[in-house]
Amino acid sequence: MFEAIAFYLFAFLTIAMFYITVMSKHALYSMTALAAGMIFISAFFFILGADFLGAVQIIVYSGAVMALYAFGMMFFDSTRELKEKTTPSLLVFGLGGMAALMTVIIVAAPIVSDNIAAAYPIVEGVGNTQAVGMVLFTKYLIPFEVAAVMLLVAMISGIVLAGKKMDISLTLVEDDEIPQHDKEKEKAES
Amino acid sequence: MDVAFIIETIIKIVVLLLVFSALAGFGTYFERKVLAFMQRRLGPMHVGPYGLLQIAADGVKLFTKEDIIPQNVVAPIFKIAPVITAATAFMAAAAIPFLPEFTLFGYTVRPIIADVNIGVLYVVGVMAIGLYGPLLGGMASANKWSLISAARAASVFISYEVVTGLALLSPIMLVGSLSLIDMNNYQSDSWMVWSQPVAFVLFVIAAFAETGRTPFHLIANDHEIIDGFGTEYSGMRWGLFFIGEYANMFFISFLTALIFLGGFGDGSFLGALALLGKVAFLFFFFLWTRAAWPDVRPDQLMWLCWKVLMPIAILNIVVTGFVVMFKG
Repeated sequence: MFEAIAFYLFAFLTIAMFYITVMSKHALYSMTALAAGMIFISAFFFILGADFLGAVQIIVYSGAVMALYAFGMMFFDSTRELKEKTTPSLLVFGLGGMAALMTVIIVAAPIVSDNIAAAYPIVEGVGNTQAVGMVLFTKYLIPFEVAAVMLLVAMISGIVLAGKKMDISLTLVEDDEIPQHDKEKEKAES
Repeated sequence: MDVAFIIETIIKIVVLLLVFSALAGFGTYFERKVLAFMQRRLGPMHVGPYGLLQIAADGVKLFTKEDIIPQNVVAPIFKIAPVITAATAFMAAAAIPFLPEFTLFGYTVRPIIADVNIGVLYVVGVMAIGLYGPLLGGMASANKWSLISAARAASVFISYEVVTGLALLSPIMLVGSLSLIDMNNYQSDSWMVWSQPVAFVLFVIAAFAETGRTPFHLIANDHEIIDGFGTEYSGMRWGLFFIGEYANMFFISFLTALIFLGGFGDGSFLGALALLGKVAFLFFFFLWTRAAWPDVRPDQLMWLCWKVLMPIAILNIVVTGFVVMFKG
């Protein structure tokens, strides 16, 4: 019973949060709601007994990814409402929603009647973390390694893009060596 | 899921909330007293014996002060940000075993709310979520100092989360489990700090950054950016930030004591007392450092994290990996 209560509570909360994320014109509301939704999703992992994945969901999505989003938000005035150029079309929204729902029903309907069998059932006496590790380092080793290489590529390109003008550190340079651009100097020169 | 379990859990949650909210209040008193003695002052002396009732006076002041929502702030986010700080601090506490098992009137009590088998990961992860308090508080305030503080909060938390995670990885490799109780039991012969001294030092340094304590107190640096994210806050909303900060200090002290300093040992009464003693010392260590050390600059903080601590942590993991592989 408690699992059902928890599931419906968190399902409602997750949908509500992502609804706010999509519909709000306020960037700060969207960001907060997205972070909250990410945390509420982890509740489903905990309900299913996948503690490890639940904790990873919290750390990776809410702790790292969303925090980086927020860091990007610093460059905007996030206390103002955003004026969007395009007006949302209710027709597109309705049709898109219906299409998504239909896809879910078409894919899910044949499976619902059968009992869904796990391809990698939980091994008795082995912890959650170990089970994830075993599957990750045997069956899914190559996708795992390729994902690591992809992240490395992203990291190196990030450093290359950001590091173009970083060969001098303004903190280490003495104050009078920093080129000044104040008006008095320009006047004196002219 | 019987009724007794639910009642027991609810009682545990209420006790935890009450004890640590009160301790957060006492934490401010301890901090003022310790700082005062280290600077050859007396600290709060007027309210009650040795100023002990100062906490009550501060509490009354915070609760009765007008709750101002300034103009131009994003009100809903501004209101919820302090709650996030306090709530995540207490959520993290759900997986910490505060005392060993004990029997009360013939009923065995386990002083841990949820004994999940990934305790360490959960506690560290949820504590990292605490970053949203300063971040959203700073971004929702229409104030430049708050925004600077929010930017610093994001960069400091993200950076030092890496150090915390990497520092904890080598003890986890030795123990082979993420449960805090397993970690405690592993140290029955010798404390983790003797086999993993580097990880211990790294974790303590990162703990100062994650709780925003003095050598890394840049998020709300009073003499530089006023009160950072707290500049626009007043009354109990401002107080909630502090409850969160002090509760986090206590919880991270528990975490350090459990992972590195032997925890509650064999679970006897003396072991429980020893755990509380270790936590008290670690809390005192936070205050001691505040009295003894100046703040570092933000760029020094980032330099320390990415160029010093992270390479050391990775080297430590590699060495630990070789030791685990060849010695058993």
